[in-house]
Amino acid sequence: MHNSSTTPKLGRGQPMPVVGAPPKERLFCRYTGLPFTRITLWHGCILLVTLLLMASGAAAATQTDELSVLGTLIKWTPLLFQGFLLNLLMSALAMGIGTAIGVFLGLAQISLMPPVRTSSWLLTQLLRNSPWLVTLFYVMYLIPFEFEVFGVLVIMPDWVKATFGLSLPVLANVSEIVRGGIQSIPETQWEASTSLAFSRKQTLWMIVIPQCLKRMLPPWMNLYAIVTMATVLGNIVGVSEALTLTRDILASEAKTDMLLPMYGYILVFFFLYIYPISRLTIYLERKWTVKG
Amino acid sequence: METIGQFFYRLNEDYGINFPVFYDAWEFWRFAEGIVTTLELSVICVVMSLVVGLVGSWLQGAAFAPIRWLVYAYIQFFRNTPPLAQLYFFYFGLGSIMPRVVNDMGVPQAILGNYEWAVISLTLFAGAFNIEIFRSGIEAVPTTTVEAARALGYSRLKSYIHVIFPLAIRICMPGLTNNLVNLLKTTAIAYAIGVSEVLYVANQIWAVEFNVPEMMNLVLITYLIIVSSFVRLTTVVSRRMRVPGFNW
Repeated sequence: MHNSSTTPKLGRGQPMPVVGAPPKERLFCRYTGLPFTRITLWHGCILLVTLLLMASGAAAATQTDELSVLGTLIKWTPLLFQGFLLNLLMSALAMGIGTAIGVFLGLAQISLMPPVRTSSWLLTQLLRNSPWLVTLFYVMYLIPFEFEVFGVLVIMPDWVKATFGLSLPVLANVSEIVRGGIQSIPETQWEASTSLAFSRKQTLWMIVIPQCLKRMLPPWMNLYAIVTMATVLGNIVGVSEALTLTRDILASEAKTDMLLPMYGYILVFFFLYIYPISRLTIYLERKWTVKG
Repeated sequence: METIGQFFYRLNEDYGINFPVFYDAWEFWRFAEGIVTTLELSVICVVMSLVVGLVGSWLQGAAFAPIRWLVYAYIQFFRNTPPLAQLYFFYFGLGSIMPRVVNDMGVPQAILGNYEWAVISLTLFAGAFNIEIFRSGIEAVPTTTVEAARALGYSRLKSYIHVIFPLAIRICMPGLTNNLVNLLKTTAIAYAIGVSEVLYVANQIWAVEFNVPEMMNLVLITYLIIVSSFVRLTTVVSRRMRVPGFNW
């Protein structure tokens, strides 16, 4: 950008870029005039303050002192945190299972054998396009909660079943990420490696996959954030995770003025965990963008 | 119609595969209403979230910085918290401090019912994503095109309306489709606050008939049909809108 008063303005006081001027990092969005702000966890804090203000407003409206609201929140924090840890455990497990199966399914989607390709594509589409809640219900209702393994009765806790239920859509999404990642590598790479006498397997594992791992990481992290948020669906099927505990606490408190702050509080819990992850994802995406 | 009913009736009698939706008129209409509710919810939320996206992406270009921060905070808040928790926050949290009105029967009643809250919550959730998508589309319009429009004497607003936005919408079509499909699937969480959409109705039916697997499959197929028809629709629309050189 070159700053002289003679250049015509492009709205919002941005000077016209001069042809041939060296490209510099943009401080403003190209058109909306939006500055690229580097905002940190400030927003989380602002949110927290806003919610507390709202809570105190609600409290003032219902003639209770605001400290009791805050006190109640603090009192239940350890319990909520325990519930939240279960959310994290479920999301990590679902992500692990989903990734392990999803990678295979994704590779099957680019198989040379039509039946393998078609069936894996079909499975991926089926699980990807159904709502998470529906797949969760499937697993919760149609898988027995106890079964015998070598004469030993194994009882599956609810949260394990819910984790399986959540890993179904995850594996479909991972499958798509893998397929998309592999197909984003230019055809010429395959041709070049074939001409260098690499076999198909070698090309895939030594040339293509190493290149697209970087591309696949940001969407994979995005998916992790989505899974973490989806574990809350466990509330509907009776897993005692953070949201369920929130409702239990509210039931035990039996105060209507606690409803808003409490639900706001649980939202903040998730926000503080997921926001940094999504910032990191965006950062990595920007960093690894292939300059085409 | 009669033969289909007879077929499913026999299926239940002889093999125990029970689809009451296809032979019992009452259950059929109940399920159909569930589908209609889901479709209604989806259409209203899709349209409203697009409006939120447009307005939001416009506000993001505001000269007054606090407005931009507010939009940013809104986007981040809705993107990084679970939609179900948002729904509870709205329905139970905000619903608890809303004023009550007296209905015809003289009973005090909440101003907004569960269906309205579901619409608001889902709209805000999808709208946050739409703002981002529209903005990325606007940013992807080549600078040269913008400059050309300005050089031809288009004002800021006019260049927006006639040049930038029409190109941006074509660029962000894939992302938009993705997000709206996601919204269609997310409408299922309205089940949690008792909105009688497909899943909720299916649950009501299997609670009586004890035919969980059949109803679950029916729900899954329903959603797949809804989603795939929507995707088909967007494909047709984007093919219609194709501009040479912008064929994403």
